[in-house]
Amino acid sequence: MQKQRPLSPHLQVYRPMYTTVLSILHRLSGLALTAAFFVLSGWLWAVAGGGARYRFLHDVLSSTVGIVVMGGAIAAFWYHLCTGIRHLVFDAGIGFEKSEARRSARIVVVAFVVLTVASWIALASIVGRHA
Amino acid sequence: MSSKAPLGRVLGQGVSSGTHHWWLQRVSSLALLVLGPWFVVSLLNMPDFALETVRGALARPANALLTLLLIGTSAHHSWLGVTVVVEDYIPTKSVKVAVLLALQALHVVCAAGAIFAVLKVAFGGSA
Repeated sequence: MQKQRPLSPHLQVYRPMYTTVLSILHRLSGLALTAAFFVLSGWLWAVAGGGARYRFLHDVLSSTVGIVVMGGAIAAFWYHLCTGIRHLVFDAGIGFEKSEARRSARIVVVAFVVLTVASWIALASIVGRHA
Repeated sequence: MSSKAPLGRVLGQGVSSGTHHWWLQRVSSLALLVLGPWFVVSLLNMPDFALETVRGALARPANALLTLLLIGTSAHHSWLGVTVVVEDYIPTKSVKVAVLLALQALHVVCAAGAIFAVLKVAFGGSA
């Protein structure tokens, strides 16, 4: 028989706020990174296999869609890392005050944007060299 | 000493492993804090993604070792993460268990394949 378990709070009853959106995106970026992990495994498999297998994956990843997907994965990575650090700090019991939480949210967003843009520039330069 | 909730200990309803799960997620995140940026920055510093370039980089012992650590840690971390998401959003027990098993299998297969691939390149095989 199914036991009655406590439910997670239903997100849709709350007004979306800066900090809640940040937290939801942490989970979504995590799911994106799970997908990226599967792709990375396939890529490494192709690297070991070589030949047509690698050429195929290389062509897919060099296409416009492939570059957008890689750029997105890189963005998801930096986002998840930055918000992840913030959550680790929360886990240590630090930064729960509303003003502190908002300040750390701003720091996280700035760090994420800087790291992502820098990575995109590096990615674009690799792609540009071999266009 | 056990940190299990008394109710979970008695009922054995899945409450029992929650603390351990939570803790492993944090520990793996600390490792990934180092391994993740190392991997992304290394990739972005590659001159190109030609097969020889990638194999050459991966064949270096330090790179191979760090990549193996990255695969193991991220597979574990990812699996812990999706488990929480599935447990939160899939209420039907049979569906939940089926999805969890499928995702676990996918993680194990991908990790095993990736580890095998790295070792193959590192030990100089090509086929």
